[in-house]
Amino acid sequence: MSGRDGFGRLVHAEWTKLRTVRGWVIGLVVAAFLTVGFGMLGPMGSQIACDHVNDAPTHSCHMSGPPKDATGQEVDDQSTFVHRTLTGDGSITARLTAFDGLYSPDGGGPADATSPTAGMTSGLQPWSKAGILVKDGTATGSAYAAVLATGTHGVRMQYDYTHDTAGPNVAVTSGAPRWLRLTRAGDTLTGYESADGATWTEIGTADLANLPQSVQVGVFATSPDFAVVKSSFGGSSTNTGPSLATGTFDQIAVTGQTAGDWTVPAIGSAAAADGGPGALQGPEAVAGAVPSGTGGFTVTGTGDIAPSAPGEGAGKTPESSLAGTFGGLIAVIVVAALTMTSEYRRGLIRTSLAASPRRGRLLAAKAVVLGGVSFVVGLVAAAIAVPAVTAVEHSKRLYVYYASTQTEIRMVVGTAALLAVSAVFALAVATIVRRGAAAVAAVIVAIILPYILAVASVLPAGAAQWLARVTPAAAFAVQQTVTAWPQVSASYTPTNGYFPLSPWAGLGVLCLYAAVAYAVAHRLLHRRDA
Amino acid sequence: MTTGTTDPPPAIAVQALRKRFGATAALDGMSFDVAAGKVTGFVGPNGAGKSTTMRVILGLDTPDEGRALIGGVPYSKLRRPLGHIGALLDAAALQPGRSARNHLLWLAHSQGLGAKRVDEVVAASGLASAIKRKAGGYSLGMRQRLGIAAAMLGDPPVVMLDEPFNGLDPEGIFWIRGYLKALAAEGRAVLVSSHLMSELEGCADHLVVVGRGRVIADTGVAELIARSSGGRVVLRTGARAEATTALAEAGGTVAVTGPDTLTVDGLSSEAAVRILNANGVPFAELSAHRASLEEAYMDLTRDSVEFRAATTQTSTPTSTPTSTSGEVA
Repeated sequence: MSGRDGFGRLVHAEWTKLRTVRGWVIGLVVAAFLTVGFGMLGPMGSQIACDHVNDAPTHSCHMSGPPKDATGQEVDDQSTFVHRTLTGDGSITARLTAFDGLYSPDGGGPADATSPTAGMTSGLQPWSKAGILVKDGTATGSAYAAVLATGTHGVRMQYDYTHDTAGPNVAVTSGAPRWLRLTRAGDTLTGYESADGATWTEIGTADLANLPQSVQVGVFATSPDFAVVKSSFGGSSTNTGPSLATGTFDQIAVTGQTAGDWTVPAIGSAAAADGGPGALQGPEAVAGAVPSGTGGFTVTGTGDIAPSAPGEGAGKTPESSLAGTFGGLIAVIVVAALTMTSEYRRGLIRTSLAASPRRGRLLAAKAVVLGGVSFVVGLVAAAIAVPAVTAVEHSKRLYVYYASTQTEIRMVVGTAALLAVSAVFALAVATIVRRGAAAVAAVIVAIILPYILAVASVLPAGAAQWLARVTPAAAFAVQQTVTAWPQVSASYTPTNGYFPLSPWAGLGVLCLYAAVAYAVAHRLLHRRDA
Repeated sequence: MTTGTTDPPPAIAVQALRKRFGATAALDGMSFDVAAGKVTGFVGPNGAGKSTTMRVILGLDTPDEGRALIGGVPYSKLRRPLGHIGALLDAAALQPGRSARNHLLWLAHSQGLGAKRVDEVVAASGLASAIKRKAGGYSLGMRQRLGIAAAMLGDPPVVMLDEPFNGLDPEGIFWIRGYLKALAAEGRAVLVSSHLMSELEGCADHLVVVGRGRVIADTGVAELIARSSGGRVVLRTGARAEATTALAEAGGTVAVTGPDTLTVDGLSSEAAVRILNANGVPFAELSAHRASLEEAYMDLTRDSVEFRAATTQTSTPTSTPTSTSGEVA
């Protein structure tokens, strides 16, 4: 081992120190086992009840999960869509003259089949949508672009579920109608809006590669579930219920080569197609479209055209396979702290400092070895845990949400980095306090405790968010695969897997703590007599 | 390295060290040099500042004033320090779960040395059969040997051992004395501390005697003993009267210490033999009295201002230095 001015020698010596104490080696192996093992516990204990599947064998009972778009992203794609075929380039223009909705604040559905909207309250949801749509057929999850009005987020252009561009933040009412337009030129769709149908403002463009020559164009309305989350100490309760949005369109004009007449979904047709028990009592029973005025439609819809946000019980997120990280982290923290405090306890620190009078280098060498070894332990553990736990989840017929390969790699490498930086943090704290129990307790209180408090649904959402932002537990964001979509209302709390900071920013918070502790440790190591 | 054409810097130079721990002055102007090719005993009661001085030499403790140099260089500037000075401060400073060999191995790696050098020092330490065992199971004697092996890893020209005799059986003490003398014979500087002068008997060439954080005496062992022996001759003779007359005339101070025994001060043994022969006085035995190192140490400390206060307080004029530790610590 050689290195710049002998630093490599110190790293070699620290590596020899670490590998020659059996308890520490065992501790690091245990860290990997805990990471994988704790991750297994969740799906192992899961059971899906498959009671009434027409007496079919239960192995055919899989949690189906939401539909996906072409990339694999889970999506909601339910609306009432009045459409006709457009071949080649062209455009669709419509005027939205009224936009209102109904919802069930008490959480229930419509009271009975004869009066499906009984008990519902008038009003739109923030992300209720009504507008014009260009879509690659009516199959669920197909590509699209839309210009639409929303309940409270103004006029927008959206395409392919995950893309959202804001237009003017105006509310559409019967007193203030809005003109909407989408033009197609090849694969490029451009969205416009106008207050008067004369002066048009571009909102944005969408490049929909592989859009076929013939697409469906038309007007649509949809409205996601009403949800109010009440969060307090001890947990949160969510009050949800279906909602409906009704948009009234006139002045509908399609340019270009059209074929066939408008396809108009009749009221209740979706419910009839669904056919499930109780469908006729659901909001789908009143969803549908009717012609209105001259060439216009009144469209009532329920559902959403948006990415699907994993919520409670809807399946397993990819990062759930790394739920055991905290266990491995504890083991790594213990080993990292003890490598330093045992030297103080035994007086071995004097031997170490006599061998390396430049004390900063000794600390750096320890940090390099502990950080490096912890990184490898985390990498191996996460690389095993992700496929292994996911396989168990699949064997338990649980639905596992999609994550891109890139995201999975970030999750695995991020977990390794989380362990590595935590080990350096523990080393620094151990150098400062010089006692094993105190160092281990301090670091666990700093990292693990806020993590558990934030994700275990014991704190109000605000407090949990705060913990996940300012404490070292923010680093667990590096494992997050779920996306908090601005265009989807959901309970984006740490409990549900949503951290307030981005993955690398969250890891950065831990790095900041580790850096400050390291700087203090470095200074004290220099100043103190050994 | 024992002699240079231009004065080489001393192997260890301790220069006017002062250090306080709270209200206690642990070091109060400690100054001495350690020369190559000698075993220098670093002697004083517990709490006299020996260990603190050694920690300052190794750069572990920072003095309030003064400095310590290894071959003219502060320890912190040494790039492969164990190649310049090997030290044993605390034989118990071991990770109990790590094998003795692995302890030496990491230390060797820190200096860019390999397993081969470890095997060499292990062979010289006499620990070869137990080297794979966990250090936690080592006896104190084995730990001392392991610590000395560690000090020798870098084959240093300077070796410094703090109380290496502690906990050793007679065989171990014998082994260390021989080992230290052999190191000095190879031209190395050896500084070895002890709170018991008797442990250094027959081993140290030079003494630095310290008390209360400063040097009381810095002297060669031969000079110290000669001074303490003071040219005393013990004579056994049947002709007591004739001998007394002849020796007294020659300037000796003669005292009768037995039926046929005289003690003569002020004459060397050679002079006494010459005078007795010249006067035709028969004698059975004549020997130069040689003070033990311990006696010499007692003489020294009895004369020392630092120790007088301590010894009068304890009312035991011949008390060993150990008994004064209460005042010094």
